[in-house]
Amino acid sequence: MTIFGIPIFPDQASTFAKDVDTLYFFILTVCSFFALTVAILVVYFGLRYRRKREGQTGARIEGSLPLELMWSVIPTVIAMVMFGWGASVFYHLRRPPDDAMHIYAVGKQWMWKFQHLEGQREINELHIPAGRPIKVTVSSEDVLHSLYFPSFRTKIDAIPGRYTELWFEASKPGTYHIFCAEYCGTNHAGMIGSVTVLEPQAYQAWLQGGGEGGTMAERGARLFEQHACNSCHLDSGQGRGPSLKNIVGTTVELTDGNTAVVDDAYLRESILTSQAKIVKGFQPLMPTFQGLISEENLLALIEHVKLMSPQASTASGQPAGATPSPNAPKPPARPGEKKQ
Amino acid sequence: MLDKLRIPERHYLHEGHSLRSWLLTKDHKRIAIMYLMSISVMFFIGGLFAVGIRFELATPQGDFVTADTYNKFFTMHGIIMVFFFLIPSIPAVLGNFLIPPMIGARDLAFPRINLLSLYIYWIGGIFTIYAMITGGVDTGWTFYTPYSAAGSNSHVIPVALGIFIAGFSSILTGLNFIVTIHRMRAPGMTWFRLPLFVWAHYATSLVQVLGTPVIAITIVMLFVERAFGFGIFDPARGGDPVLFQHLFWFYSHPAVYIMILPALGVTSELVSTFSKKTIFGYSFVAFSSLAIAIFGFIVWAHHMFVAGISTYSAMVFSFLSFSVAIPSAVKVFNWTATLYKGAVSFETPMLYAYGFIGLFAIGGLTGLFLATLGLDIHVHDTYFVVAHFHYIMVGGAIMGYLGGLHFWWPKITGRMYNNFFSKVSAIMVFVGFNITFFPQFVVGYLGMPRRYHSYPDEMQVLNVMSSAGATVLGLGYVLPVIYFLLSLRRGRVAGPNPWGASGLEWQTQSPPLTENFVEIPIVTGEPYEYDHVPAKESHLV
Repeated sequence: MTIFGIPIFPDQASTFAKDVDTLYFFILTVCSFFALTVAILVVYFGLRYRRKREGQTGARIEGSLPLELMWSVIPTVIAMVMFGWGASVFYHLRRPPDDAMHIYAVGKQWMWKFQHLEGQREINELHIPAGRPIKVTVSSEDVLHSLYFPSFRTKIDAIPGRYTELWFEASKPGTYHIFCAEYCGTNHAGMIGSVTVLEPQAYQAWLQGGGEGGTMAERGARLFEQHACNSCHLDSGQGRGPSLKNIVGTTVELTDGNTAVVDDAYLRESILTSQAKIVKGFQPLMPTFQGLISEENLLALIEHVKLMSPQASTASGQPAGATPSPNAPKPPARPGEKKQ
Repeated sequence: MLDKLRIPERHYLHEGHSLRSWLLTKDHKRIAIMYLMSISVMFFIGGLFAVGIRFELATPQGDFVTADTYNKFFTMHGIIMVFFFLIPSIPAVLGNFLIPPMIGARDLAFPRINLLSLYIYWIGGIFTIYAMITGGVDTGWTFYTPYSAAGSNSHVIPVALGIFIAGFSSILTGLNFIVTIHRMRAPGMTWFRLPLFVWAHYATSLVQVLGTPVIAITIVMLFVERAFGFGIFDPARGGDPVLFQHLFWFYSHPAVYIMILPALGVTSELVSTFSKKTIFGYSFVAFSSLAIAIFGFIVWAHHMFVAGISTYSAMVFSFLSFSVAIPSAVKVFNWTATLYKGAVSFETPMLYAYGFIGLFAIGGLTGLFLATLGLDIHVHDTYFVVAHFHYIMVGGAIMGYLGGLHFWWPKITGRMYNNFFSKVSAIMVFVGFNITFFPQFVVGYLGMPRRYHSYPDEMQVLNVMSSAGATVLGLGYVLPVIYFLLSLRRGRVAGPNPWGASGLEWQTQSPPLTENFVEIPIVTGEPYEYDHVPAKESHLV
């Protein structure tokens, strides 16, 4: 929306944008009503009861319990409506559908790096298809960042040492801003980019170009060899490390008697700080890879490990135990991606 | 009658003129004056950084200063304004000066501790100014880890220590007020006869005493992290960067109420005095201050809805955040009702009170947008948030502070300031403020993130409006400095009670005696009794 050519309202380019904007206008209406009521009353009373002569005093009115109750209870009820509505929009924003297409983002001073499962890697630019839910798993290589798509009305912080995620479904082809919303040092304002929403066919065409080095999982498989992971983690289970076959989504027993669910966060921790959790029956022999492997390569490696568990859902980035669903697409044929 | 008024011969300002008589004073009023001068200097410095920020943002390109300099500008602006101006502003100046005479006491409970708090404030300020002169700090006033611990190359430690030290000044002031209000009330000054200004300060003091130690602990943790590499916030060593945000906001959200509660107290005084009418719903207004102070402690994670906290804890904190809105709304409604059938006059302090109600209402209502989860995801960390908290902390707290200063200036100095220019200034501040910050709601919803040195071209017009408004606002702030200083020599003599106000502080001479009262008054009436007792004699036997 523009006035005299000046934009005053952001594009509505995702399915959320409408939900969020409707909520916004509801609250704006309610708040404007209260603000105007107070403003009109304050000005009216001020003029109507203006002091006319020196020494004049006001009427003796000390208060009124019914009025106090009224203007405590009514705002409380209205506030609860806002809370409930806001919470339901938020709940929706936080729940990516199981069939969402998966993209990985890594924040780094001062750029956004995106990886598509098909192997395309982009910096400060992101190409996505319209009309398809897209889940972005976000991590950071250094300090806090926040991946912000104003036209999609969503953002999430990139936190070092952790995976966070957001999802959206772009509804309108076009090019929109990507911002870093969490202050991250010198060139924070330069950590911006653009997301290009393409029609599905155009997106398929875009996928055809680029993507050297194979898919993310293929890159992960090469890293698996380069870092000699395969010399201990034998599929047979006879190696010095546990077999990684079909472990994603399972619960493993640890030497300290606890158990752990194998998900992204567990795999990440096991690679970076391998001594943190040792699977029962194995020795703490694995070196730590903290500082030796980049966030992007780590994601590729995890993607490879996930492909070794074909039963588990590929909708990674979620607690794996929660995701397996009979309808989840099975690797390596991700929906509509590998066929071309 | 007016020309017969004279400045009394004996009063607190005449009790010695040497520097020593000021630096070693135990008089709460002299300490308040020294606080007034100190925070005015800090406000000026913080304001200069704001000028730099608005100058840079007049164009979309980062062309006025470098990105690093800009980052230091907004960081130093925030740190100085929050920790060295807003937090001490009303309590340390007006509260310090007025609480004893308002409750009929000769001084605060601990006069030496009061002086100590000022010295501690100075030491904290010196650390911060030292860091500023030697290169500044660029972490933002929020000091988020891991950037502040490992990323930034600027002077994080001296500034953090400065804030750590200044925090003790705030704790001591709060402690002093709590003890004073409990123990030093004049005979007959029951809790429900206390002026609402005192209730607001009581609530503020609770927050200062309970909250400030948490920021002190947080700063110590940041210090050992940065200086010795402890790893508390470093994920590579099992730490958690988000833990810092929890600790930081556990203090810094309640700190917002340290800034705004006293201003709410001032406004209650102004609305009642200039309507010549008792405040509507005294106990509701008094208890809403306490409610705000208490609820303020359980809403901190609403600063972290996109910082990776769980969906359900976000919902709990959203729900609790709405609870703060209710007592705030109750206050506004009660002020409005107080005007009804009043005898309203628009002296300068009342103009500020009107301005306060307007800006506080907008600031408070836009808080609802931010407490609403689905909406906060979009506007969090954008200029929408910047506009919201400036409406509360600048629009609210500074309007309250200036309103209070204009109201009690004749009590503090014995003289009146220029009536015309003070009204011009009040209007300029209100108008300038709105031109500056209202466009920021729009540019925030448009998506402009905060702390940006440069920004997309299409957002320029709104930013230019902001910068233009800031010029008007800045002039509105400079004007009082001039007419206040001029009033010291030329101002009309005010007399003990120029506004015909009912509070005890108006029953003594202006400027007051060092001991405030010749005889401790005995209170027999309710507060704000304007209707049946001539103001001059109310409360006094």
